[in-house]
Amino acid sequence: MKINDLTELALRNLRESVLRNSLTTLGISVGVASLVAMLSLGIGLQQLASRRLVKSGLFDTVVVTSRRDLRNFGREEQRNGPAPGESRILDEAARREIEQLPNVLEAHPDIRFITELRYEDNPHLTMIAALPPSAKSNDAFDGIPGAFFSSDTAPEVIVQKTFAEELLGKTPPAAADETKATDLAPPLLGKELTMRYAQRETTPADGTVSAEDRQNNLAGNAYSVVSRELKLKIVGISDLDPETMRGPTRARVFLPIKLAESLHVMQPTDLREISRSAADQPVYSSLSVRVKNPTRVQPVEDAIKKLGFTTFSILDATRSLRQFFAVLDLFLGIFGSLALAVASIGIVNTLVMAILERRREIGIMKAIGASDGDVKKLFFAEAGAMGILGGFVGVALGWAIGQAINFGTNIYLKRQDMPPEHFWAVPWWLVVGAIGFAFVVSLLSGLYPAGRAARLDPVQALRYE
Amino acid sequence: MAMCRRPTHCACFEGKSASRMTSVPGNSQDKNKIAIHTETLCRHYRMGETLIRAVDGISLQVRSGEFVALLGSSGSGKSSMLNLIAGLDRPTSGTVLVQERDLARLSRQELAKYRLHVVGMVFQSFNLIAGMTLAENVELPLRFAEVDRGKRENLVREALERVGLRARMNHRPSELSGGEQQRAALARALINRPQLLLADEPTGNLDSRTGTEIMDMVREFNQQLGMTVVMVTHERALAEQYARRMIFLADGKLVDDRINDRTHFKSLDLHTAFGLKGERP
Repeated sequence: MKINDLTELALRNLRESVLRNSLTTLGISVGVASLVAMLSLGIGLQQLASRRLVKSGLFDTVVVTSRRDLRNFGREEQRNGPAPGESRILDEAARREIEQLPNVLEAHPDIRFITELRYEDNPHLTMIAALPPSAKSNDAFDGIPGAFFSSDTAPEVIVQKTFAEELLGKTPPAAADETKATDLAPPLLGKELTMRYAQRETTPADGTVSAEDRQNNLAGNAYSVVSRELKLKIVGISDLDPETMRGPTRARVFLPIKLAESLHVMQPTDLREISRSAADQPVYSSLSVRVKNPTRVQPVEDAIKKLGFTTFSILDATRSLRQFFAVLDLFLGIFGSLALAVASIGIVNTLVMAILERRREIGIMKAIGASDGDVKKLFFAEAGAMGILGGFVGVALGWAIGQAINFGTNIYLKRQDMPPEHFWAVPWWLVVGAIGFAFVVSLLSGLYPAGRAARLDPVQALRYE
Repeated sequence: MAMCRRPTHCACFEGKSASRMTSVPGNSQDKNKIAIHTETLCRHYRMGETLIRAVDGISLQVRSGEFVALLGSSGSGKSSMLNLIAGLDRPTSGTVLVQERDLARLSRQELAKYRLHVVGMVFQSFNLIAGMTLAENVELPLRFAEVDRGKRENLVREALERVGLRARMNHRPSELSGGEQQRAALARALINRPQLLLADEPTGNLDSRTGTEIMDMVREFNQQLGMTVVMVTHERALAEQYARRMIFLADGKLVDDRINDRTHFKSLDLHTAFGLKGERP
């Protein structure tokens, strides 16, 4: 029998016992809905976590330091690559080279220094870091009170919540509830901070350099360190810490990167590298390299290591996170499939009942020329039709359940003064997969009834009343 | 009623069988062909300890274009015999050859094809599928034969036209009288242009007037298309009126095989012409 005839007959037969078949299909729908609901919750949570992590800048960032920075010099570095003394300096040329590597979005110098900030004539000593424009998408600056820097060079700062508390003299006792950034914003936003810093100024060579030294590029580089002051406007207060991976050296005040670069703040490495670098070229203590995708971190790290630098990333953490979600999805999928397994028993029951009811009809069909295969295919088609129909309805139902729970949870989050989240995701592959799975389960459920119907003896079946 | 007067295109068995469909009983080449041949055919059932010999060593030959009635009381084995010829059942022993096919040797798939293309069946209880309209019922064998939809619609309309049910093609069987249902069953049996029409008590559930109407149709198919007809009945009068040969069964055995000289084929002596087995009356 042709496939369209088979489908037509199957649908006609399903319409004949519309109530029973609808209930069976509903059973499949509930099974599929539970599968879709469970898996989309797992996927949604995974996506939410990944989104958070990616936005945190932790998992797509490689920190590059020179091998000359002996603090990061471990056993691996000892075994591979050149000795620290012979290795490359992390200068502008190296930065540009790293930026040209495949899958690298940007490589910006990690400018950070400890300096004094004055607010209402009170001095505060803290770590200051420069932020590239791309940090705007960082989770820490998402929806902060105030705004991100108006430009790369604007004399503006974003302060971290704890520093804001310090400025206002509001450091809470350890046991107290955390102060919210929104509460700290009104008295601080738009206010001025005065930053005092040590600027490195290149001094021209004094002409007393020997010919030998000049040949070795040894002398002629001289710095003078000048104390400077800069007025900065507070434009935002960050609740989260954008640099959690840095541990104790975390910065609490942030500057736009171009502004920070133009300040030529004296860096600790400047003293060490004075004998190596050209006078007018800055030397970076470290570079932050952003990779297009967390999955590309490893190859980028390898490529940078080949250039002769030391790298650091927390890739392993994402690996175990992915593993965790894979296991979570598996378990959610198994629980979701249980309902579908129950539904498949419903299909077997419905089709076996249909065989009993339609015994005579099967006999007639065989008497007028239907082969065993035709009868088998017809029952298969009925099972498959119920599966596909149940799959479609189930996906829609699962999606609706997801939306409802998402909606309800967001109302709850709103009441708790938390931003709304989308932790429910139904990707297209789940839709196709769930319908396909329902179809396959239905066909498997139809195996026994279809085989039984096909084996019916036509003489016996025709006698049946 | 105008029925199957012209040979029409056979969708399934094109060529050879289509030409066979055009034959009439007078065709000497066809009438010499053996349509059905059974040799010590047996069908035994076991019910607990008892062995039931439904068909017990029947040997007979039916020539192409013959109209044969299988007569006997209830339980004589006539329906079992018909089921064996129809390929619905398999013999316990012996052979049943239809159009030179040994049915006992055919696979289940081949038997289904045989039932689809070679045999048309009508039953006492009509056996139309209740949930389908008349058109759908008649169309069903064409679906199994994988005939194109466009062709199917024409063939169904034509078949229902022949049995005078064109206007009721979209009705369900329950909306029709017994006679109309049996006419629809006839249309379904003939839709694939079989060479053999097997009728199991075709008038058993009909009043005498409607029964006559149906039997007239069957006779017309037999005469006009040269279709071999084997009819099971326990009504001797009906057999005498329509069949050219009557075979009597009792307890699964052939007890009598005679030419019916009360039909209008009196001049044709089948025993002499075909050398048929069985005792003459």
